Amino acid sequence: MTISTRPPRASRAPAPSADGPAPRAAWRTVLSRLDARCTPYVFIAPFFLLFLVTGLFPILYTSFVSLHDWDLIRGQGDFVGLANYEAVLASDSFYKALRNTFSIFLLSSVPQVVAAILIAYVLDANLRAKTFWRMGVLVPYIVAPVAVSLIFGKIFADQSGVINNLLMGVGLPAIGWHSDALASHVAIATMVNFRWTGYNALIFLAAMQAVPREIYEAAIIDGTNRMRRFVHVTVPMLRPTIIFVVITSTIGGLQIFDEPRMFDTGGQGGASRQWMTMTMYLYELGWGPQISFGKASAVAWLLFLIILVIGVVNFLITRRIASSGGPARGKR
Amino acid sequence: MQSTAAIEQLAGKGAARAARRRLKGGGGADARPHWWNYVMLGVIIALFAAPLYYALLLASSDAGTIARTPIPSLLPQGNLWSNLQQVIGSDINFWSALWNSVIVSVVTSVSVVFFATLAGFAFSKLRFRGRRGLLLFVIATMAVPVQLGVIPLFIVMSRLGWVGDLKAVILPMLVTAFGVFWMTQYLEDALPFELIEAARVDGCNLLQTYWNVALPASRGAGAMLFLFTFVGSWTNFFWPFIVLRGSEVTLPVALQQLQAAYFKDYSLIMSGVVISVVPLLLLFLVVGRQLVHGIMQGAVKG
Repeated sequence: MTISTRPPRASRAPAPSADGPAPRAAWRTVLSRLDARCTPYVFIAPFFLLFLVTGLFPILYTSFVSLHDWDLIRGQGDFVGLANYEAVLASDSFYKALRNTFSIFLLSSVPQVVAAILIAYVLDANLRAKTFWRMGVLVPYIVAPVAVSLIFGKIFADQSGVINNLLMGVGLPAIGWHSDALASHVAIATMVNFRWTGYNALIFLAAMQAVPREIYEAAIIDGTNRMRRFVHVTVPMLRPTIIFVVITSTIGGLQIFDEPRMFDTGGQGGASRQWMTMTMYLYELGWGPQISFGKASAVAWLLFLIILVIGVVNFLITRRIASSGGPARGKR
Repeated sequence: MQSTAAIEQLAGKGAARAARRRLKGGGGADARPHWWNYVMLGVIIALFAAPLYYALLLASSDAGTIARTPIPSLLPQGNLWSNLQQVIGSDINFWSALWNSVIVSVVTSVSVVFFATLAGFAFSKLRFRGRRGLLLFVIATMAVPVQLGVIPLFIVMSRLGWVGDLKAVILPMLVTAFGVFWMTQYLEDALPFELIEAARVDGCNLLQTYWNVALPASRGAGAMLFLFTFVGSWTNFFWPFIVLRGSEVTLPVALQQLQAAYFKDYSLIMSGVVISVVPLLLLFLVVGRQLVHGIMQGAVKG
């Protein structure tokens, strides 16, 4: 960073010949060349240094820890090979966590994308007070997941919750939002949807506005109605954006922790772990009564592998969908 | 309407007239929308706002009333102030949690904007060996889950004696891959090479060029990145929950402590929720427009 101390050349310009200009100019050229050659690396260094310390090193170290007996109190223990992985893969909790995570993920991602596209469609009009409506759908995004979970935890409470009392008010049976596995997944997925649907709607809105208006005009001239234009023009044109949203929500969705953790006071995912997710399982292994960093690290690696596999599958499926013939192809 | 003119030439006047009629009836792109658009949007926003209003209703009520009436009356009761005071005065120190959240969010946001712009400037405008590969690497790191490194990170933090210290939360968030990617994308279009060359001709070195040219040019995107990072830090829970202890916590962790301590009294829990939501809501009223803009801009580019 020695270069940075050199003042701009312009400020020196008035008196160049006063004290030997030749060696100074040469020195300046060297500095300038050094600047152009090295400074870019200095500029990007902060990210890579930080990633090395808080990203890459921990990731590699996780695999080291996962091969050892290791806990919060005694620290590093014996090398145990793959025993931690075997223990995790042999436990029921792991598969339960896997099932719950996927169930919650599916219940939150699919309805969310559909709802977000519909909201975007309503927003994609020449509205008065555009900004007001757009800000309105974004409000849930600024609420912390923990706060969302506390609010919805009460709305979905088994005895004293709003929804169950409304259900009973119209003569329907109450739903065991905390006791029944699927119902608890629906409740947690609702929290995720609450927070992210509006956000994704804005992403879809931006994509819709990028669709050339001539395509719509051509469709109108062809005599199509609104419904058909939406299904045959808007949705196909959104494909790349749908792929983008699905992939980003997969990475986030499989790591879900905040909402299920706060769904009840215990924070362990219910009496029979019916809504315990992968990350909650990791936390419980590492910082719960078992205090096994070794097993928790094994779960971390398994979770990463699962995310990788899903990511690849996702990519292949979406690419197939994107390239399979649709009405949009001829028009693109 | 050039399209109908073309139709007139190709298919005759009758076809052009029909096309014009359809364009008018079908509502061209610029026509004002039907009233039902507003009704639907009103319903959607009411649905989004309802849970927040519900939290406010409970926060202004008291434990007894909440237990007796599962569906609260639609008007706030008068206990909000005393509930807030009780929460703030409880052994869970909400003042310090609020202050900690402010510190963490401000420090990380400023730092992310500064370093991400620095790296984005280099990636978008400077030529150096390995540029493409390194940028791809940055993007790839976005797919790595936080969970993967959490255990060693905790081990490191406890070796450093930083467990229970805000530093442990701030450090890993000082610069993000998302930020670097975001600023690279933005500066690629927003900063003309001529401007950089002009600065170089004037004798600026690269750091001065960054400070005098790149940083001012990225004000718009930098402001959005600031907001995204701020919201992200403010609502972050998993890592702070693991590494922070006792009274040195951020708001989401304080909410968790509140739930654990006062699980029977929803008026107090919801008062805590109100405390955590209101500051960001106020910020949102001022800068929400930019946030909306940022999300929509990122969508088109990303």
